[in-house]
Amino acid sequence: MDRESINRMFTRRRLQRLAGLLSLALVAGCHTDMWIQPKAKPLQQSDFFADGAASRPPVANTVAQGQLRTDDHLYTGIVAKKYVDEFPFAIAKQDIERGQDRFNIYCSPCHGALGDGKGMIAQRGLALRAQPATYHTERLRKMPVGYFFDVITHGHGAMFSYAQRVDPDDRWKIVSYIRALQLSQHSALEDLTAEEQGQIDEKPVGIGIAAAAGDTHAGTNGAAAGGHTEGGSKH
Amino acid sequence: MSQLFKPSMNTLARVSLSCALIVPGALVVGLSSITRSPYNTKVEVPLDQPVPFSHTHHADELGIDCRYCHSSVEKSGFAGIPPSHTCMSCHSQIWTNSPLLEPVRESYEKDIPLVWNRVNKVPDFVYFDHSIHIAKGVNCNVCHGPVQKMQMTWKGKPFFMSWCLDCHRDPGKYIRPKDEVFGLFRKYQESSKGANLTGSEYSLMATAHYKPSKEDQARGRKLVQEYGIKVETLSDCYICHR
Repeated sequence: MDRESINRMFTRRRLQRLAGLLSLALVAGCHTDMWIQPKAKPLQQSDFFADGAASRPPVANTVAQGQLRTDDHLYTGIVAKKYVDEFPFAIAKQDIERGQDRFNIYCSPCHGALGDGKGMIAQRGLALRAQPATYHTERLRKMPVGYFFDVITHGHGAMFSYAQRVDPDDRWKIVSYIRALQLSQHSALEDLTAEEQGQIDEKPVGIGIAAAAGDTHAGTNGAAAGGHTEGGSKH
Repeated sequence: MSQLFKPSMNTLARVSLSCALIVPGALVVGLSSITRSPYNTKVEVPLDQPVPFSHTHHADELGIDCRYCHSSVEKSGFAGIPPSHTCMSCHSQIWTNSPLLEPVRESYEKDIPLVWNRVNKVPDFVYFDHSIHIAKGVNCNVCHGPVQKMQMTWKGKPFFMSWCLDCHRDPGKYIRPKDEVFGLFRKYQESSKGANLTGSEYSLMATAHYKPSKEDQARGRKLVQEYGIKVETLSDCYICHR
C-alpha cells in the first residue's frame, strides 16, 4: 500500500466518525433505565402526586380485604362501653412468650423489663413530665385487660399509640404478659407449690436482676402465668 | 539500502512489548479496585442526614431493639424507616427543646415526611425481601454490618451481585439459629459490650468483618436442611430478578 492510499483511508473526517462510534459504544454501557425504573417502591418520592410521596394513603373509610374489624372485643377491648375483662382468644404459654418478646421490644424502653416504670428512657430522661407507669399498683392490678389493650391502641397521657407497630393479636399477647409480670411482683411464697418453693434462692432478689430479667423471668413466670390467665378467662 | 531500524529501536521494541503486557493488566487491576473501593461502593462511608441520628446512642447505649423503629422487618419486604410518630413517642418527652430535633418536630406537626438520605439500596431490577431473610436466620448485621456501632449510619456491605450469590450458593456459611437473629443483640447488651460473646459472635456484633467459625458454618449447613431452604434454586435468576 502506498502512502497516498493510506492517507485516503485515514482522512480526518473518517477518524472523527470512528472516534464518535467508539465513544457511543462506551456510553451505551452506562444507561440507567433498568436501575431506576418507572415504578414506585415503599416510601419513594414522586413528582407525580401533590404531596411528593409515591405511596398513596388509602381513601377514607377503605376496608382492605380481610380487615373488616367488626369484633369490638378483639379490636377495641371495649364492649357495651365497658372494658372487657376476658381475652378474646385462649391464651397459651407460647402466646405469653410472644407477648414477652413484643413487650421487650416496644414497652420495656419506658416501662422496664419488670414493668416497674424504670426503663431506660425513664432512667435517662431526667426531666420527664410524666414518669412511665408501673403496673404494680392496686389500681392497675384490678384494671380489666381491655384497659391495657385500649392504652396500647390509643396511648395514654404522655404515651403515644402503638397501634401502627403492634398488631391487635400481639397487643392482647402483651396484655397477657403484663398480667404475668403483675403476678410475678405480687405473689406470696405460699402461692408456689412446695417443689417450686424449694427452687427459690434464699438471697433477696433486687432490682439488679432487672436488666437481665427478660429470660430468667420467662422461665419462672411463664409457667406460673399460664395458670393465671386460664383463670383470667373465666372472669 | 540503508538500515531500516536504528539501534535505539531495540529499546523501543522492548519497552512496547512490556507495556503491551503491563498496561492492560494495570487497567484491569486499577479499574476493579476503584469499583470495589468505598469511593464507588460507599461501604463504611457515613452519609449526611437531616437529623444526626445515632444508632450507637439508641441501640448500643439505650439498648432499644431494632424492631422498635424498623417494625415491619419481620413481616414485610421493606424493613421500614420509622415515621416521625415513632421518634416522637420518646422525643415528645425527652430532648424536647433540642435544636437538632427541630426537623423531627416540624415533620410531626406538619405531617410532612422527613427526607433521609438512603444508605442501603439495591437497583430497581433486584427483588429483595427482608422478612424471608429474617425468618430463615440471617442476622441483621450479616448484611448491614455492626449498626449499633455506627454514629452516623454507613453501608455495611457493597451489595455486589457476587456478594449476594456468595450466600445464596452456600447459605450455611452465614445462617445462624432463628432465635439469634435478634437474640444476639440482647446477649450483647446483657454483658458489658459483648464480653460473653464467642469470637465469631463478637465479630458479627461489633466489627465490620463477620468471621463465621468452622463450627458456625457446620451448624449453619444443618440449619439450612432444618429450615427447608432450597439451595438448589436459590441462585436461579428469578429468585432476585422477577
